[in-house]
Amino acid sequence: MFKDLPILIIVIPLLCAVITPLVGRINRVFSWYLVVIATALCFLGSLSLMSAVLQTGTISYWLGGWEPPWGIEYVIDYLNGFVLCLVAFMAFVVAVYARKSVESEVDEARLPVFYAVYLLFVTGLMGIVITGDIFNLYVFLEIASLAGYALIAIARRREALIASFSYLVMGTIGATFILLGIGHLYMVTGTLNMADLGARLPELYGSKVVQTAFAFFATGLSIKIALFPLHNWLPNSYTYAPSAVSAIMAATATKVGAYALIRVMFTVFHADFIVSGIQLNEMFLFLAAVAILAGSILAVAQTDIKKMLAYSSIGQIGYIVLGISLLNLTGIQGSLLHILNHALMKGTLFLVAGAIVYRLGITTIDDFKGLGKKMPVSMAAFTVGALSMIGVPLTVGFVSKWYLAIASLEAGMWFLIPVLLLSSLLTAVYFWRVIDNIYFQPHEVGKISHGPELVHEDARPQDAPALMLWPIIVTAVLCVVFGIFTSLPLSIAEKASMILLR
Amino acid sequence: MEFILAKYNYWIYIFLMMVGFYAAIAKKNLVKKVIGLNIFQTAVFLFYISISKVQGGTAPIHMHGNPVYDNPLPHVLILTAIVVAVSTTAVALAIIILINKAFGTVEEDEIMDILELND
Repeated sequence: MFKDLPILIIVIPLLCAVITPLVGRINRVFSWYLVVIATALCFLGSLSLMSAVLQTGTISYWLGGWEPPWGIEYVIDYLNGFVLCLVAFMAFVVAVYARKSVESEVDEARLPVFYAVYLLFVTGLMGIVITGDIFNLYVFLEIASLAGYALIAIARRREALIASFSYLVMGTIGATFILLGIGHLYMVTGTLNMADLGARLPELYGSKVVQTAFAFFATGLSIKIALFPLHNWLPNSYTYAPSAVSAIMAATATKVGAYALIRVMFTVFHADFIVSGIQLNEMFLFLAAVAILAGSILAVAQTDIKKMLAYSSIGQIGYIVLGISLLNLTGIQGSLLHILNHALMKGTLFLVAGAIVYRLGITTIDDFKGLGKKMPVSMAAFTVGALSMIGVPLTVGFVSKWYLAIASLEAGMWFLIPVLLLSSLLTAVYFWRVIDNIYFQPHEVGKISHGPELVHEDARPQDAPALMLWPIIVTAVLCVVFGIFTSLPLSIAEKASMILLR
Repeated sequence: MEFILAKYNYWIYIFLMMVGFYAAIAKKNLVKKVIGLNIFQTAVFLFYISISKVQGGTAPIHMHGNPVYDNPLPHVLILTAIVVAVSTTAVALAIIILINKAFGTVEEDEIMDILELND
């Protein structure tokens, strides 16, 4: 049983995705139970894989017993064990949250299909993370992306369709670039196994084909993670998708893309190739710095909470890429931490945004006046998430920003420090507007300009239902827990970055 | 000149890829965008098939004697990629149908006009 765990955590959600619409025909609630069970099993499986990695080191699983590099290999080491746990955890939390939220935002007849596609999305993400075969990665990437397009398009608002379509066009172009990159690598090495590629490529670093391959990978993955000039698909997708979908996408989809970028840059290629072979690290550094500033500035300009969070995600992707492109141990450690931290805090924030939509049907920040009294627990969680985004000590955001700042100094890039500081300041500005509205502005009865007719004219506390509240509380508490007890994620991130820079 | 002619399949692939890329980005009609994407993806298939060709090789079917085979692996990879491309097209067309129902048009600029009027 345990021997086959690596494949089981992919097969379970995949099979359940097929069964979900069928059991949904009997009773719609059954499909939700199935999703929760499947994601919970995935999470437990990932945890036990991670603990096995912590005890015995890298696990290698041969699909169908075929020996790599001929067969497909699933490899779990410190890096992807960690991302795997994160993805499975967020998938489980959002699955619990989804029932109430999605019921109110998606047509009832589509619910079983929604859950099926949700599981496919999770399957794709888990697959990207666990596989050690680069073509397999492409296939899982497309499974996750296609499910993602459908998840966005399922929302009731018609803007969601446009957002989904433009994501589809961009995403497909990105994926095709990745496919081309794989083709170029296969052309010169004749292998698709990532570790094998990593062993064979160094002697070919002068080759134009290998350099072209890297360029294709870099561009394709930059589209998938929405690195600054290629971010156009992201804001509208996150804004108009159902809230649960925004939460899972913001927390995992771009993080998994960043993981894929790290794998390609450091396992398939090596750090010295990026510095001396193709000299792309400076370009990445520049783009990351621009992304951090542009994302924060654009977020300040938004009036819609979900759009604001989406633009802030673009800035946060900048942080992750910044750490990667510094190419030193501390930088990669900071990036890995930020993958975890941003997933937790942005997850919390989007979940709270969804709770507000569920209760009041509003997303405009100016309408949030008096929410602090109305939904005290959710708003407390929002505040924790916001403080964490700003990078206040004792929250997770502080730890990763600290590491990124140290890494910039170690690399001699002191000019990045003002960028980090300025963006923290801008983050404080755009979150302050929300906090100010929810706590310090009096509730104006009947002055809400958007949304459906409201039933909450009385100011009694009326927080989100328990099924939505608990996921919010858990992620918010984890934001603080990992901010105080940093040793576990830090040690895993350190070991992972040591493997990467070997 | 000989260099250009000998690699003609690569030139076709690059040409098709550029045509598809341009259509996917520049065309205002959503269906044309999907057609562009399809051409773009098909060009990549052609690239994969080209790299699998071995000089004087035949189809990779087991036969008597020991003939030279083309590399069958890229063929298999491309079968998978074709499935992905077909699924993408299916999802894209399904979204276009929904867009047409919601907006009454599949022209991007008209849709943008409608969305701006609503704001």
